[in-house]
Amino acid sequence: MADPMKIRANLQADGKVLVKVLMSHTMETGQRKDSGGKLVPAHYIQSVTVTHNDKTVLSAQWGPAVSKNPFLGFRFSGGKKGDKLIVKWVDNKGETRTDEAAIG
Amino acid sequence: MSKRRAFWLGAGAMVAAMAVSGAAFAADKKQPKKKDYRAAALEVMKASFQARGQATLDRLNQDEAQAACSRSAAGEPLASDLKKKMEEAQSATVKYPADSKYLGSWKSGERIAQTGRGLQFSDDPSEPAGGNCYACHQLSQQEVAYGTIGPSLYRYGKLRGNSEPMLKYTWAKLWNAQAFNACSDMPRFGHKGILTEEQLKDVMALLFDPESPVNQ
Amino acid sequence: MIRRTRIALLAVGLAMASPTALAQDQAAEGIAQYRDMLEDDNPADLWELRGAELWKTPGGPKGASLEKCNLGLGPGIVKGAYVRLPRYFADTGKVQDLESRLITCMMTLQGRSFEEATKQHFGSGSEKKSNMEALVTWIAAESRGMKIQVSTTHPKEKDAYEVGKQIFFFHGGPHDFACSTCHSQDGRRIRLQDLPNLTTPEGARKGFGTWPAYRVSQGEVRTMQHRLYDCFRQQRFPEPRYASDAITALTMYLAVSANGGEFAAPAIKR
Repeated sequence: MADPMKIRANLQADGKVLVKVLMSHTMETGQRKDSGGKLVPAHYIQSVTVTHNDKTVLSAQWGPAVSKNPFLGFRFSGGKKGDKLIVKWVDNKGETRTDEAAIG
Repeated sequence: MSKRRAFWLGAGAMVAAMAVSGAAFAADKKQPKKKDYRAAALEVMKASFQARGQATLDRLNQDEAQAACSRSAAGEPLASDLKKKMEEAQSATVKYPADSKYLGSWKSGERIAQTGRGLQFSDDPSEPAGGNCYACHQLSQQEVAYGTIGPSLYRYGKLRGNSEPMLKYTWAKLWNAQAFNACSDMPRFGHKGILTEEQLKDVMALLFDPESPVNQ
Repeated sequence: MIRRTRIALLAVGLAMASPTALAQDQAAEGIAQYRDMLEDDNPADLWELRGAELWKTPGGPKGASLEKCNLGLGPGIVKGAYVRLPRYFADTGKVQDLESRLITCMMTLQGRSFEEATKQHFGSGSEKKSNMEALVTWIAAESRGMKIQVSTTHPKEKDAYEVGKQIFFFHGGPHDFACSTCHSQDGRRIRLQDLPNLTTPEGARKGFGTWPAYRVSQGEVRTMQHRLYDCFRQQRFPEPRYASDAITALTMYLAVSANGGEFAAPAIKR
């Protein structure tokens, strides 16, 4: 099972919400060889969705160019303190992880 | 004190374990209360390390120079006469090339200077070891990722010329740096068999060849 | 004409200005930029989260968690434990660092064997995840910002310190290397990597006080055990056993030398 994400969402002075998400993922490109010279199979996050009050505020399509243990930061409008934010990723092996956090 | 020194010089052929316990015995007689932490450390290390690949446990058996240098580093500076004797002993180990040719290919030398692998427990013993010169020295100007543990060798040959005495001196320095400076930080590449004679010639060429990037 | 030449020279001068310094700045800048982007975040946080969970999770044949583990300040007390380790433990009669102490707890509380407690102590990727590194990251984070205060009052602590010091200066192997070969002078570097002088309090704090750390180049959190393991590998020594007395003693020497410094781990490094 995939490890939990670390999500921080804070209401800024300008009324926007700053979201920072740290994900735990190996993000193997499929181009790397192990010590035995064998290709390490590709394994990376393909899609990320962030939902606020049932509304998608961010959806992203990722590929093997994104680093291991990816860090995602963005801002959006319309969030209030205490609102629930749901972050979900799906990788190329179909594994998925969903975590939530309250806006602080 | 001079007795002890004589002991250390004499103990060269003995394995380090014996040398250390011998020293412990001598020290105990003089100051029974002071613990011999050197002997204790060796004991702890022998129990804590395991052989892996080419890195076998006998690597913990210090030769005379290693034992003396450890003591000196830990706070007992070498007396100047011992330092001189150690340098003479190391000097005697230098083997010069049988064909009296000192210079190989600087291109191979550059590769050897760049390579940091070799003799680690993670290394393939069938691969030649590197010299890893750049880890500590500046050599060519193109390579900017050089260390500063040793002095810059940029323009080594250009500044010194390649007279016979200079070639011989440099060969000896590569073979056994402790021949000139007891307890030098530099590995004894020839004496300890880290690099072969042919590889040393290539490193020599890197230092002396007018075409070498070191001399540009 | 003269002016023009001057300008041209100036440009060349700039381009040539110490390529080493430039490369070094770029590497350092890259990591600094990455740190800026993460702000207060560090991928080590992921290990920390997992470690906090693992601490509370029942496991082993006895189905117990580690919550009653005594890291030196009493059963279950984690805050401030790291900055007082290694230390002497009466129940084992030994000086232990955090990792060897965790093994003791896994054996006594959870009923695991030594082999089971220490398998996969160094993680690599998602396939070989290490619980040990996660636990260490969490426990270390609970001491972040505190003063390092490792004691040598117990005779065995003093012994471990003295033995560790001898190991630090022990020359051996085909290259004659000792820890001190690279780490006993100020301002030196190997390739472009700055080397802390571990014989000074400042250097020891930089060394001891910043592990465990997330290694950007490896994408893994590494602990003090791993740092020393990899140093010995490069020293061409045989392989140090995980959580062995030599590593504890050496850690003791570094920790005591770092006393008084602020503990800054879990950190983020190249």
